[in-house]
Amino acid sequence: MDPTIDTLSVPKTETNKKVKVKAAQPYWNPYLSGFGLGLVLLAAFVIMGRGLGASGAFSTVVASGVNAIAPHHASGNAFYEGYLGDGTTSPFKSWLVFEVLGLIIGGFISGALAGRIKKTTEKSEHISFKMRYVYAFFGGALMGIGAKLARGCTSGQALTGGALLNVGSWIFMLMVFAGAYGAAYFVRRQWL
Amino acid sequence: MSAPFFKFGLFGNEVSLIVAFIIGIGFGFFLERAGFGSARKLAAQFYFRDMAVFKVMFTAIITAMLGLFYFSWLGWVDLSLVYLTPTFIWADLAGGLILGIGFVIGGYCPGTSGVACATGKMDGYVFVLGLFFGIFAFGEAFPWIAGFFNAAPMGQITLPQLLDIPYGVLVFFVVLIALGGFLLAEKIEKYFAQKDAGKAL
Repeated sequence: MDPTIDTLSVPKTETNKKVKVKAAQPYWNPYLSGFGLGLVLLAAFVIMGRGLGASGAFSTVVASGVNAIAPHHASGNAFYEGYLGDGTTSPFKSWLVFEVLGLIIGGFISGALAGRIKKTTEKSEHISFKMRYVYAFFGGALMGIGAKLARGCTSGQALTGGALLNVGSWIFMLMVFAGAYGAAYFVRRQWL
Repeated sequence: MSAPFFKFGLFGNEVSLIVAFIIGIGFGFFLERAGFGSARKLAAQFYFRDMAVFKVMFTAIITAMLGLFYFSWLGWVDLSLVYLTPTFIWADLAGGLILGIGFVIGGYCPGTSGVACATGKMDGYVFVLGLFFGIFAFGEAFPWIAGFFNAAPMGQITLPQLLDIPYGVLVFFVVLIALGGFLLAEKIEKYFAQKDAGKAL
């Protein structure tokens, strides 16, 4: 037993057996994180001539799935076709797919360094786990529809287009905040 | 210096995927540092309890915007070669509204859900399943909504072009608005922290 650990302060319950004693570090100052994020976005502009994105990679997965199960159905649909390409290269060999793979790794690295990798579910104590999963699925579905309708999500539209002063992106961004603030009251028990 | 490097042929498609992966690592790293792998942290923005979403987003926007502005002013970056998503007013309006509602219900957006999954959030995995379902639903409905999707096309257009205001002047105004927004965000957080503390007593 590690003598530096104060065993008295750790309640001997089932759930605490695997919990590391090392506490999770606090998050960075938002302005510092934002500055770092801005530099990454700037690097994408300067090196690639494009911004960041996320929802496009998820669309590639969906389009490839539909194509694997029903190729005729997929090839007759302009939306799926846009993500499948001309068939000469794998749709997974795309810029956004590799960027999102990096995003997952980067998130894991940061989380691991700060002691924040932990199996949890994010919710308030007022709702059940089951309800939280229903909300997560339903919200995710709305997010998918909205992102595809707007030709981008918070990354590809709001962040990237915001920095480029893109007209559609600023319209989009104002509507995201309007929609979220407008709906917040109805799901407040999930979070507060 | 001729940038964007990729557009000037400094490297090919294969290398661009490595660049994508490295840029993605930076992207995910700073999202997680900001606390955006946590749905409660993200959702708190919409209850005025934690304005980090606004602060991080607008700090990133003005950082990249100012960098790009100065680089183009110095002649280092050819702005016309940086891809601009075309504007379709109705699809942007409706898509933004639906996405915003989905954000506060689901607790994540596509990028942050990736970070949530990487850091062990079970609701993040369920969110991603929902995301796949939503994209599939959109794909299946696409033949019927293509008309709306492509309505009122404005092409690739920026705010300086639309409002006929010089690029630098608009950049300056956006920075001013962001700084004002940061001051307001700090005040709002203080107000609600005091209000919540009062309630607890």
